[in-house]
Amino acid sequence: MNGPGQLPRWVDVGLIPLINILAAFIVSGLVILAIGENPIKALTVMLRGALGYEEGIGYTLYYTTNFIFTGLAVAVAFHAGLFNIGGEGQAYIGGLGVGLACLAFDTTLPLILIVPLAMVGGAVFGGAWAAVPAYLQAYRGSHIVITTIMFNFIASAVMVYLLVNVMIQPGQMSPETREFAPGAWLPFVHDLLGVFGFAVARSPLNISFLIALACCALVWVFIWRTRWGYAIRTTGHNETAAVYAGIDPKRIIMLSMCLSGALAGLVGLNEIMGVQHRLLLDFTAGFGFTGIAVSLMGRNHPFGIVLASLLFGALYQGGAELDFEFATISRDMVVVIQGLVILFSGALALMVNPLMTRLFTRPARAAEGT
Amino acid sequence: MSDAAIELVRINKRFGPVHANKDVSLKVMPGTIHGVIGENGAGKSTLMSILYGFYQADSGDILMDGVPCVIRDSHDAIAAGIGMVHQHFMLVETFTVLENVMLGGEGGALLAPGAAATRAKLVEMSRTYGLDVNPDALIADLPVGARQRVEILKALIKGARILILDEPTGVLTPAETDRLFEILAALREQVVTIVLITHKLREIMAITDTVSVMRGGEMVAHRRTAETDPEELAELMVGRKVLLRVDKKLARPGEPVITVTGLTIRDAAGIERVRNADLEVRAGEIVGVAGVSGNGQSELLEALAGIRAPSEGTIRIAGGPEITPVSPSDPKKLRDAGVAHVPEDRHRMGLVMPFEARESSILGYHDDARFNTGPFMDVAAILADCTNKMKNFDVRPGDPALKSANFSGGNQQKIVLAREIEARPRLLLIGQPTRGVDIGAIEFIHANLIAMRDAGAGVLLVSVELDEILSLSDRIIVMSAGRIVGTVDAADADERTIGLMMANVSQNEAAA
Repeated sequence: MNGPGQLPRWVDVGLIPLINILAAFIVSGLVILAIGENPIKALTVMLRGALGYEEGIGYTLYYTTNFIFTGLAVAVAFHAGLFNIGGEGQAYIGGLGVGLACLAFDTTLPLILIVPLAMVGGAVFGGAWAAVPAYLQAYRGSHIVITTIMFNFIASAVMVYLLVNVMIQPGQMSPETREFAPGAWLPFVHDLLGVFGFAVARSPLNISFLIALACCALVWVFIWRTRWGYAIRTTGHNETAAVYAGIDPKRIIMLSMCLSGALAGLVGLNEIMGVQHRLLLDFTAGFGFTGIAVSLMGRNHPFGIVLASLLFGALYQGGAELDFEFATISRDMVVVIQGLVILFSGALALMVNPLMTRLFTRPARAAEGT
Repeated sequence: MSDAAIELVRINKRFGPVHANKDVSLKVMPGTIHGVIGENGAGKSTLMSILYGFYQADSGDILMDGVPCVIRDSHDAIAAGIGMVHQHFMLVETFTVLENVMLGGEGGALLAPGAAATRAKLVEMSRTYGLDVNPDALIADLPVGARQRVEILKALIKGARILILDEPTGVLTPAETDRLFEILAALREQVVTIVLITHKLREIMAITDTVSVMRGGEMVAHRRTAETDPEELAELMVGRKVLLRVDKKLARPGEPVITVTGLTIRDAAGIERVRNADLEVRAGEIVGVAGVSGNGQSELLEALAGIRAPSEGTIRIAGGPEITPVSPSDPKKLRDAGVAHVPEDRHRMGLVMPFEARESSILGYHDDARFNTGPFMDVAAILADCTNKMKNFDVRPGDPALKSANFSGGNQQKIVLAREIEARPRLLLIGQPTRGVDIGAIEFIHANLIAMRDAGAGVLLVSVELDEILSLSDRIIVMSAGRIVGTVDAADADERTIGLMMANVSQNEAAA
């Protein structure tokens, strides 16, 4: 049932995001036109690159995996009314946890045991990295937006120190650990399907994609079907009501931020354990920041986050193809397009709302009058 | 040509699907006090907002002294001689009275000439209308009644001949209300036309010459005040017969359920909000806490509910925790001990507005075994429970999936009440149970509180509506400036004595 002046649900969660994305693409097209390229051709290249062939799809889903983890991380904190900007750093440190688990057990344990250990490693390290800003917010009143941003820089510095001075494989130049033994590699989807007789093109897509989807289901259950999720949502909507209900907002801050950091920390499963097979610098590549846009677009709902992650995954992959195909379009143009999508679907998300309200509430009003 | 000061002809206003004003017509004669009465959502505020230019009517005419006029914004309204005194004052607290009054009418780049002219006018007007205020006093230092006089002066100095007062007595003590009515009578002598918007029947009867009743966006009746009575007006407002008096048997108080000794509460700034309060509530009685809003009742209520820690003293709950400054409690422990709390502000505290009704209906009880199976919430049980509560308390619409924000004030209050009363508490703490609630629902809420009392629960009732305190309570505690200034047996209480107690001490404080 809709209240007065409320939009039908399909308009709110379906049509408006579509219009926003369309607007972003139109403006992107104008920019491409301005540098003298054919926007239609560019769009075709992008679409084909992202979704047009097996390897492209594999890459798209591989990027999607990262966005799901970081998007969920932002969403969980957001339900508690917290803006976690630190997904990047939490993913980075979480990767350290995953890497340590792999380095410690890759030659001694079977993969079936390493996977849960690596998940725990990533979640605990990521969660712990978020716990410090959470503590400062809950018990010292330092603003979480400021502290989580700062913790991204600290994470970056810590990782450089560790990889350059401590964990680097002796006798080589680049700051990386040794490669994990193949016993600690997450299976690639193309290998897995190959076992069952389906031949698909090689891509970095690995089973962490399934883990990401499972996390979506778990987050949904946790937020909407447990009393802790209820407490988190109550605090996020109205802290005074939470106190009235006997919910301690300080504990909610700790709980939701640790979960948020843990989810971000799982990015390492995909990047470190799934693809790179070693710990290295800057593997997070901005996924943590894009997670903010993903969560915003996905309305902080796991299902919406999957859709938004697919969109951003396709943009990443299609953008790479664009870069490859056109001499005049560089990687920067891809960043421009992504920026426009974020701008239109995030910051300007409410721009078309008044128009939609006029279009879609008038029939309802007429119906009421009769 | 009409001789009415204002005439509204067939005003219509819609907000989306809501038809807030349907063909509303109103005629106010010059030099009279005209009351507009109606339940919340009846369309009174919309109508006055149209008159003052906040909204534009979809159709209909406004005539001033028989001449059609267009009011597009508040500037037009002021130019047409209409002044408005809002329920919440629009004053700059750090400015003096004079500075507030000349705001918007400074008359030039330099302040001094305008200030001198305004001061002269202010003094003259204060004398003519008996509106005495010191032009150089800071607003922050003035009591509420004086601030309201400043608002009235502001409107008059801008040349208002028609004064609209929106619920002017909500924040006043009975004595201040009497004072306001004297001023309104003096203004009427000077042929100022006054439109008084209120939901208090008693005030309509006390001061108005004529009264118009609104219901569901329509004007349902116009009466001469002398020719009507409160029963008829209430019936017109609600559309059916209403019981204005509460029927109740004599209380049979049992053992104390809560005992408070020497309770002092300081706020974050270290200011004493409650000072050395002693009280107890027994099983089977309703104890009313009377006082002008902001005299420590809210803080007292929050401390008893475990939300605020006491600074000094103890709160002892029978069979439950003892709360002291060194061992503060939390609302959850108190709920477990059988203390339910209907907060004063349901929007801020009692409900989570974006939640569906069924989610708001378990707020505070979300950890209960009956709503959870293992780690998961029992969605079916919550839904069944909410449906049941909505039926028992006649919440409309009875849709557990509707957002809390989309219910009317009265129905929101019923959701909170249903939750707290059906928890079968031994002590119910309840603040402003009928604030913003329709007359029909008030009757229902009062009956429920009496029923709880008769079933053996203790009830602590905090309300700024003296009528409510008087009609429900078995014992009345009066608070002023954070102190309990007296306890009166309901049988011996009347409005005058309670009103004096509410005001007296604050006057002593002011003198000290």
